Amino acid sequence: MCLAVPGMVLNINIEEGNGLRSGRVQFGGITRQVNLNFVPDALPGDYVMVHVGFAISRVDAAEARRTYQLLEEMGALESELPPDDAVAADEGHR
Amino acid sequence: MAEGPKSIADMTCPTPLRATDTILLGHGSGGKLSADLVRALFLPAFWNPALSRLDDQAVVNVNGLRIAITTDSFVVKPLFFPGGDIGSLAVHGTVNDLAVGGAQPLFLSAAFIIEEGLSRDVLRRVVESLRKAADSAGVQVVTGDTKVVENGSGDGLFITTTGIGLVPDGLEMSANRARPGDKVLLSGSIGDHGIAILAQREGLEFESAIRSDSAALHTLVGEMLQVTREIRCMRDPTRGGLSSALNEIAAQSRVTIELIERAIPIREEVKGACELLGLDPLYVANEGKLIAIVAASAAENLVATMRRHRLGNQAAIIGTVTDTNPGLVVMRTPLGTTRIVDMLAGDQLPRIC
Amino acid sequence: MKYIDEYRDERIARALVAEIHSLVTRPWVLMEICGGQTHTIMRYGLDELLPSPIELVHGPGCPVCVTPLETIDRAIMLALRSEVTLVSYGDMLRVPGSNSDLLRAKAQGADVRIAYSPLQALKIARANPERKVVFLAIGFETTAPANALAVWQAKREGLNNFFMLVSQVLVPPAIRALMTSRQNRVQGFIGPGHVCAVMGYLEYEALVRDFSVPIVVAGFEPIDLLEAVLMLVKQLEKGEARVENQYARSVSCLGNLPAQQVMKDVFEVADQKWRGIGPIPRSGLRLRQEYAAYDANRSFDLESVSADEPAECMSAPVLQGLKKPSDCPAFAMRCTPENPLGALMVSPEGACAAYYRYRRHAAAG
Repeated sequence: MCLAVPGMVLNINIEEGNGLRSGRVQFGGITRQVNLNFVPDALPGDYVMVHVGFAISRVDAAEARRTYQLLEEMGALESELPPDDAVAADEGHR
Repeated sequence: MAEGPKSIADMTCPTPLRATDTILLGHGSGGKLSADLVRALFLPAFWNPALSRLDDQAVVNVNGLRIAITTDSFVVKPLFFPGGDIGSLAVHGTVNDLAVGGAQPLFLSAAFIIEEGLSRDVLRRVVESLRKAADSAGVQVVTGDTKVVENGSGDGLFITTTGIGLVPDGLEMSANRARPGDKVLLSGSIGDHGIAILAQREGLEFESAIRSDSAALHTLVGEMLQVTREIRCMRDPTRGGLSSALNEIAAQSRVTIELIERAIPIREEVKGACELLGLDPLYVANEGKLIAIVAASAAENLVATMRRHRLGNQAAIIGTVTDTNPGLVVMRTPLGTTRIVDMLAGDQLPRIC
Repeated sequence: MKYIDEYRDERIARALVAEIHSLVTRPWVLMEICGGQTHTIMRYGLDELLPSPIELVHGPGCPVCVTPLETIDRAIMLALRSEVTLVSYGDMLRVPGSNSDLLRAKAQGADVRIAYSPLQALKIARANPERKVVFLAIGFETTAPANALAVWQAKREGLNNFFMLVSQVLVPPAIRALMTSRQNRVQGFIGPGHVCAVMGYLEYEALVRDFSVPIVVAGFEPIDLLEAVLMLVKQLEKGEARVENQYARSVSCLGNLPAQQVMKDVFEVADQKWRGIGPIPRSGLRLRQEYAAYDANRSFDLESVSADEPAECMSAPVLQGLKKPSDCPAFAMRCTPENPLGALMVSPEGACAAYYRYRRHAAAG
């Protein structure tokens, strides 16, 4: 459930008359107006998770970098080993 | 529980399709519902050998000449979209159906069903665009028809075409000719047309620079056929996307088609739109792409040839034909596992879940 | 695409899988809550990669699947009224009600429209003052803030032709209901990443405490799920039971406070019936009294409807993780995506549909 997609905030505007905060967010080459009411701290350049046209959280870039680095190190070690399991798994499923 | 069925041919539901006494939009989407309608209603009514091959075109023999015939209806909304309009689409779609049968496209007919109240200027622009596309493709519109229906009965304008071409001797391509070992080639990125249209639809608006890939492919096909005659079949994957076209071939040839997910070209914008709306690009329409099933020995050379053509510069080998699960299309994911690429029932709907 | 592609990296996936293989010493039954996570597992074949002692069962995290039959029937009844425009997320259109579904209603002439966002339903209402626009507001906590903001905005503008037919469900009470069931086999939960992006994960501490079951809040990409499984296995092998957050890049402990505030302003907790499970107390949201004028349930004169699934549909045990879709005798035979007996086969997130689409060739083996 809950398809939410990360996108980069390009600009922010406050709608006249009703004070709703929204902005253009870019998703890999397309952009869309997204409501930013729930992410008052988001600034252009930040990434937000967008669900049904609303940003529901701001991606913590530093945290993402930190945790991903650990994963990358795991991955780097793995690639030094001979490739094996994928093939074995396949054979088992034919 | 009963053993899971191993092949798509075994998976017919013992009860009839849930009573649709009415026709749904899904019946026109190029997926399972469409296929079932053809199999259950149209095929039995009109049965003959040419029709039964269910290729994109029919090849009939008249006094020694092999004539290819195809027919198509164009019901696109909106009528004008980035990269084309219903007029140019009508020419490209028809020419492509002929071209993928190896035919040299020659003549078109164009029947217009116009909704009362359509602006005359709109009609003029569509006709002009159709003319330009026909000239570019080297085909003539030799006959036509016009009908007007009451306001409210249509989306402004529908166009139906028939295309006629000639198939050279010795060329036999059909969806039932794929064999284990063959390679699957794709001429370029998938999903461009469908996403270009979707971006204009009310309720889903997003901004994108994506243009429909609508184009006439017959010159690309011509160059491909110059290089090799070991092409088993070609398809242009329109409604229902890459998945429908490949599933049809897998079913007709009773083979498995194994795709490599990483090898399939997709533009960043199409990927972004699909991620946002929860769509799978494999099911999104194309209007200027083709797939070719070709003998393995000819594949590399053919891809290189395609890449030299304007409409094939992203061409790639995306898979292989095998015999492990006849009738199924499967995908090797980037993680090395496999999943089925199923034929969709009706239209693919955007999702939030 | 950033924050997506790198979480589909093959080498990292293999590394995580290898680590899991090296740690597992006995069978563990894990449940992922979200339909979106089920979708990823099936699409990438993650369960094929995991060591066989690990069994993944699929939970009720598909709001489409658990929307009560009565709500669908009501939506159809409303859609068929000539003055009503029914606006819905795409997911709901094919879900079978008692006799029909919204797509068939559309074929019969009902004005049914798809929206990606509830704000589009508002737009339609503003542009068509003579129509009564009813928005089918389904979802878990992830979608509740957006649905809430839409109706909050409608009230601010004084729109008198906008209504919501609400079927909002909450995850923690559902987990509690599952864990208290005598047939429960789940030993660890892959937690709902986007629900927690909104709500935080404090509520899950109580579940961990009451049931001694580890819960790891996870994202939706293959790496997220594999990492979450690794974290669960580590806890289980050591006999631990804690809440952990794998999805720290998008989820914080307290969650999204502005979003929670709008939810509180507009909705209140209520008892809710879950299709396939039954009623769970205080497991849903309904519009507060101040918003009664926008509540389709209260503003339209709807005959009461009570409805039952076809006897063959096994949604209930599948939703509770007691059975797999492939255990159901009707799976891929009498129940297929074109001819679904229950919601799990219709919703693209439903476990049955996911199995059918991606994995039926392995169903026997």
